[in-house]
Amino acid sequence: MKNSKKSKIRWSFIIFFIPVFLWLFLLIVLPHFELLRMSFLGRSGFTFKNYTAFFTEPIYWLTFVRTAMYSILVTFIVLIIALPIAFFITKVVNLKIQGVLLVFLLVPFWVSELIRVYGWMILLRESGVLNHFLVGLGLFKQPIEMLYNDITMIMGLVYTSMLFMIVPIIGVMESLDDSLIEAAYDLGAKKIAIWREIIIPYSMPGIMSGSIIVFMLVLGSYLTPKLMGGKNSLWFTEQIYNQIITYFNWNQGAAFGFMLLILSSIIIWIALKLTKQEFRKVIK
Amino acid sequence: MQIALSVKDISKKYGDFTAVNNVSFDVEDGKFFSILGPSGCGKTTLLRIIAGFLQPTTGTVEIDGKNMLGVEANKRPVNLVFQNLALFPMMNVYDNIAFGLRRRGEKGKSVEQKVNSMLGRVGLSDYGLKRISQLSGGQKQRIAIARCLVLEPSALLLDEPLGALDAKLREHMKVELKKLQVKVGTTFVYITHDQSEAMVMSDYVAVMNAGHFEQVDTPQNLYSNPSSAFVAQFVGKNNKFIVKQRKDENGNFFAETKEGHSLKLNKPVDLKGDNSIELYVRPEAMIINPKGTKENFNIMDVTVEALLFDGGNSRLLVVPENSKQELIISLPQNRQFDYIKAKDKIKIGWDPEAAVCFKKTEGKIYEEL
Repeated sequence: MKNSKKSKIRWSFIIFFIPVFLWLFLLIVLPHFELLRMSFLGRSGFTFKNYTAFFTEPIYWLTFVRTAMYSILVTFIVLIIALPIAFFITKVVNLKIQGVLLVFLLVPFWVSELIRVYGWMILLRESGVLNHFLVGLGLFKQPIEMLYNDITMIMGLVYTSMLFMIVPIIGVMESLDDSLIEAAYDLGAKKIAIWREIIIPYSMPGIMSGSIIVFMLVLGSYLTPKLMGGKNSLWFTEQIYNQIITYFNWNQGAAFGFMLLILSSIIIWIALKLTKQEFRKVIK
Repeated sequence: MQIALSVKDISKKYGDFTAVNNVSFDVEDGKFFSILGPSGCGKTTLLRIIAGFLQPTTGTVEIDGKNMLGVEANKRPVNLVFQNLALFPMMNVYDNIAFGLRRRGEKGKSVEQKVNSMLGRVGLSDYGLKRISQLSGGQKQRIAIARCLVLEPSALLLDEPLGALDAKLREHMKVELKKLQVKVGTTFVYITHDQSEAMVMSDYVAVMNAGHFEQVDTPQNLYSNPSSAFVAQFVGKNNKFIVKQRKDENGNFFAETKEGHSLKLNKPVDLKGDNSIELYVRPEAMIINPKGTKENFNIMDVTVEALLFDGGNSRLLVVPENSKQELIISLPQNRQFDYIKAKDKIKIGWDPEAAVCFKKTEGKIYEEL
């Protein structure tokens, strides 16, 4: 009796686990091993040259530093906008409007990133909608090019990643008891102190998981920087793309891919240490 | 005596609904004042008006003689202990208590000294570094009170803070809270729906019903001289008779029950029109098998329906002859009445002085809990 029950559980576990395992192993683990192997190969067999090239060629590591800095900046901007929005949705409006607002947040994500970026381009380009209006109103003498600079690119990145910050923060803020805010107010706290001492510390797990998602998304994004950024705003993913597609140097591209993975993991680790958050709590 | 808190003609309306209806009261400095009422009577609304979370429609709140109109909750010299305590889970016990002091801009040694002395006062000296989740229910209670008391408020407002505790701990905390209040000497304004909490702890109790105060008095007076039928029913147990008030040929008042019993009345009601009155007798005012000579007593023949044993709180459920109304009578556990069994026929009697009468009110005045 006991034995048959035990083996039953094991079989059902295996049956459900196989698809997950195949998915992870065939599509993620195996290709990464292949890439890892490739990244250590040069013309004459095993070499570290692909990795040392990252540090010796300033264009490579400068691109990475630029990408990382902009990703951190975008994450912060997204966070600063997302906090009051999440607070408004969870604490200020009533339940009915809450649902409507959440749908409004989701709607833009029903179309693909490419379409959304093209939407922005139609709005912002020299012959675009915004220029048309501003010239028509007489605010500008002649249309100006608003695309292809860093500011537009950052705006585009903020827009595309906003949802991924708001949703986890809403998840945490919903469990924040209103009476905690009232208690802080009753004990003499002003609005800024309530945000600093109560709301933000309480929402920290949500803020960190949102930040990790946004940071990784922005760091690894390709379309938005490519289409909205100018010639000078090179993104690190474009470096990888160039190596693999343009120069057909898979080995170098693979090494850059791993550098991106390692360096971004280090940045996240430092951020978690700085904010004293535990990874296990954050990913919950 | 100095008045710590003075509430004058406070009303709060939500559209057509009046939550608080023209309430006025004063609380002397250092007193324990309770507001007792069934749920939905407006007591929480009243407390939130005093704390500054709600603006009254009309009326004023004065704290230490200063009008609090337009003063925000974070500037008022009163603090509120929330029903769910609202301790900050992301801070330890020390930081929870220091929160208010730091908001005032106090720093360093003075904060440390005040917090530690407060922790000592509530008997949790070594708990400063504990997390809130590591505390028991009673400890959380004391920390929530300490967090407010450390700010030395003019009055401490408590919103049913014992409601979430289990019965045993609640009994214990009642006494603790009273002792703490006496020790620190701060004015407490306590709201509750539990009459035992209000009676045990308070110097004065206000009984609130449907937005207004029925009676403000000492617990003893509330119990023995209720000023309205609501108070008589809400505070303590009471047996209610609906009777007709009549006058005999000598001009003395007496009451006649539906079944034709006549009962002596000592405190007749001033009637206009209908002579229906409500007569209330406390379970402990009814004496089982009164011995002989007390001629003035009202005596009734009753049948014992059930023995409700509850230790020192034991009672008899009896039904008078020719009647269906159940009465509750205290059953002292001094072995004197051990012979009483269910279905026995006994006599009960009470001194007419111990009964109170009110004019009959239409319908139910409040839903039985």
